[in-house]
Amino acid sequence: MSLLLILTILLPLAASLLIMVGADPRRTALGAAVANLAAALVLFFAYDRIDGGWQFLSEWKILPKLGINMTLGADGLTLTMLLLATLVTVSALWVAPKVGKHEGLYYISLLFISAGVIGAFASLDVLFLYSFHELALIPTFLMIGIWGSGDRQAAAWKATIYLGLGSFVLLIGLIALYLSIPAGHRTLDLRELDQMAATGAFHPSAWIYLILLVGFGSLVSLFPFHSWAPPAYACAPAPAAMLHAGVLKKFGLYGLIRIALPIFPEAMHELNGLLLLLVVGNILYIGYVTVSQKRLDWTVGYSSVMHMGYIFLGLAALNLIGINGAALLMFAHGLSVAAAFALCGEIRSRTGTLDYAELGGLAKATPVLGLLFGFAAMASVGLPGFANFAGEILVFFGATAYGPAMIIPVIVGVWGVVISAIYMLRAYRNIFWGPIAQRWEGLADIGTGAKWSVILLLVPLMIAGFYPQLILKMVGTALPR
Amino acid sequence: MNTLLLEIAVVVLGIVLLLVEAYSNRANKNYLAYTGAAGLFGVLVLSFFPMHAPAAGSPSAAFITHDVLSVFFVRFTLIATIVTLLMIPGYRPVLERYLPAERAGGGVGEFAILPLFVCAGLMWMVSSIDFIMIFVSLELATITLYILATYLRQNAASLEAGTKFLILGALSTGFIVYGISWIFGTTGTTNLLALPAAIQRLPESALTPLLFGIAMVLVALSFKISAFPFQFWVPDVYQGAPTPVTSYLSVASKAAGFVVLIRLLVVLGTVPVISHKLHAVITLLAALTLIFGNFAAIPQTNMKRLLGYSSVAHAGYLLMAVASLGSKMAIPAIGFYLAGYLAMTMLAFVVLTVVSEVTGGDEISRFNGLGRRSPLLAGAMLLASASLAGIPFTAGFIGKLLIFEVAINQGHYGLVALGCVTVAAGFYYYFKVIRAMYWQQPAEETPIRVTFTVKLLIALLGAGILAFGIYPAPLLSALR
Repeated sequence: MSLLLILTILLPLAASLLIMVGADPRRTALGAAVANLAAALVLFFAYDRIDGGWQFLSEWKILPKLGINMTLGADGLTLTMLLLATLVTVSALWVAPKVGKHEGLYYISLLFISAGVIGAFASLDVLFLYSFHELALIPTFLMIGIWGSGDRQAAAWKATIYLGLGSFVLLIGLIALYLSIPAGHRTLDLRELDQMAATGAFHPSAWIYLILLVGFGSLVSLFPFHSWAPPAYACAPAPAAMLHAGVLKKFGLYGLIRIALPIFPEAMHELNGLLLLLVVGNILYIGYVTVSQKRLDWTVGYSSVMHMGYIFLGLAALNLIGINGAALLMFAHGLSVAAAFALCGEIRSRTGTLDYAELGGLAKATPVLGLLFGFAAMASVGLPGFANFAGEILVFFGATAYGPAMIIPVIVGVWGVVISAIYMLRAYRNIFWGPIAQRWEGLADIGTGAKWSVILLLVPLMIAGFYPQLILKMVGTALPR
Repeated sequence: MNTLLLEIAVVVLGIVLLLVEAYSNRANKNYLAYTGAAGLFGVLVLSFFPMHAPAAGSPSAAFITHDVLSVFFVRFTLIATIVTLLMIPGYRPVLERYLPAERAGGGVGEFAILPLFVCAGLMWMVSSIDFIMIFVSLELATITLYILATYLRQNAASLEAGTKFLILGALSTGFIVYGISWIFGTTGTTNLLALPAAIQRLPESALTPLLFGIAMVLVALSFKISAFPFQFWVPDVYQGAPTPVTSYLSVASKAAGFVVLIRLLVVLGTVPVISHKLHAVITLLAALTLIFGNFAAIPQTNMKRLLGYSSVAHAGYLLMAVASLGSKMAIPAIGFYLAGYLAMTMLAFVVLTVVSEVTGGDEISRFNGLGRRSPLLAGAMLLASASLAGIPFTAGFIGKLLIFEVAINQGHYGLVALGCVTVAAGFYYYFKVIRAMYWQQPAEETPIRVTFTVKLLIALLGAGILAFGIYPAPLLSALR
């Protein structure tokens, strides 16, 4: 079984190699992605929840003298994220339109992003957690720069430099964390770090938590380190935006759950006021910015930044309910935002514009596309029945349980749900309802491949919405009991 | 085996090849480069046999040492020279264009032989423990490099580069001799190992002249490693010199400069009065070099100048580690960084040689659409740029990781914060090359043909970048 976990990282890389030497790009990539999804499902259900803890372990010595090894393994949280990553990968590759230039490079880039996130989630060693995440940097740069739309060059530069700087700050934080361990015991293995923190063997300073928060935070587009995200997502081709906003961005939250929560409980508690301030910025400020957007891609881009606020709120609750909610919301948001970006791409490829002022009444010409978008929009708002709802409710419960300091953030959060309802419903109305302009009457409805690739995202979202225990039980194995 | 044998073998190889070239009538001189590379490879293999320093009583024992540092960097120099020699056949059209042809292939042959003498000089330099030996070996290397830099004698840029290099190099030679004489004058020794004891005996009043001498030597070494504010020759010389020479200059000669600097600082580190002052100077140098190298690289449009500023930038990162010599990981970190730097910089230069030959220029815009014209070259350049920028799973990343680790360990928080900013700047200027190769449209669509030698170099250097980046332990343990 541990071999299967290794395979999930190697398959996309192997497929990239095959494409480089001349295999058919689309088929090879999709084949690898589907095989990966199957592997993730097998692992998800093969994981022994009774035993809990890390399973499917495998280890290679990389720098034994420095205590750095490449260790792969999975627990419930890993497997949930793995499921998310593989689902979105299949959907993103499937929905990818016909590529005119550099078709091989297009699919190789997507596969590298996918391999990077899967490797990051499956790594137990913090250095490799970090390294795998960085695999996505160049492919993202290429994807936005070559196949993007709008002001793609500026967006690609901004995202690349921002993410490069953010991840280097993160690296500095990780090195500082490593050096704060007494010499001789130094390691970057999550298991040992947790254990040392639990037994009080080392006390990293709160500064390191701050550096990590800034580093991880800028990768997740935590306010005020968010400004790279909306333009990048608006300009990126749909599959890249799906993978990046849906999966890659969750890496920062995943890192905070894995590293900050167990190692810095006191610092997190002391500095919670700061985090809450940023969370309020994320929900309220970005929320209003989202409302003022005039194009669908920017709306979805900003909304994906805004929703990170809820997940951070769950983390800031510092209790099991809140963190469970945050993890569930990571899964749910990943699927719903990927669906939204997929549909964005579908609309753009038909109309050539996403401007609300130019669109309207499309549901008459493209009823299925409209229906699917309705589902995605409702999921994003957090309508009951979708996993987003379950996640948000848990986050609010958890936050309320934290104490009186949370009163304002929770009120802001609930108000945020109203805000997202406003902009999502407005987008839905402006694009799909009302009188249809004559030039849109002949639009073709969504194609079979794109339709099923969105359904592939929406179905798990509803399963997890009606039966959140499926995810929560898995996530629970990663959290302290 | 006496370690001196290695250098002697290289010199003999050079002399034999010179004679062969003089008496041979073959018009195609490529065989000289290949023979030289093969010979150096033989020496490289030889270096893995058990070696020892010159016997304690012998005259050369006072000059030459044999330790992990010298062994590592002797091999480093050999590998850098082999790569440079293998780049020369692809560069031959340029040589022939800019050399007056009294006879077929005239002057082309020596271009492949002279690097051997530089190599011998640098090998001696990394093993020397005496100022006199450092000076002599430095001059052997530098004077040969003057010739090589100005080799295209009908090309104005090459002449300009060579002249600038000659004048500034001579100036730095002046500094080092002057500094050595002050040090010798105050302490009465030129031997590095005898220096601490000699300094301990000095009266306090003699410290100022001694520090003056050390400062002069530091200035000269800063020229070699291209640290700010002694870097101003770098972009011009890099741009004008023949590309294989540029790549050699930026890798091998810089590394040798760092080795001498490390030896000097390690020795002086045992003397608290001096090391304290030096520490502040090196920290300042590191900070200024980081800022200058990285920010001046941003607006560059010429690939060779970009790589020149990038070489200054990397000197900044290396100086961060030199400022942290208190950590026992510092020297392995420097060695590792330089080894990675060899692979990635030379890979970039290999690609540049081919591209500028095909497109007729060194500008970054000449790389436009390379991804379509030659996926192999573009992929190689992508890998080199990724490694230079410090993306994980490449040697450049592990190198930066190690250097930032020792810097944080030694409490250089200011340098580390600065380093974060300059790394982000690095993303910009290295990604400019990636942008040109993949975002931009090529001027023409014809595929670029790549010779076997270039393919071999790309494979070897690329494998080095990835192997060091994924499994760094063996290389790192070679330095401990």
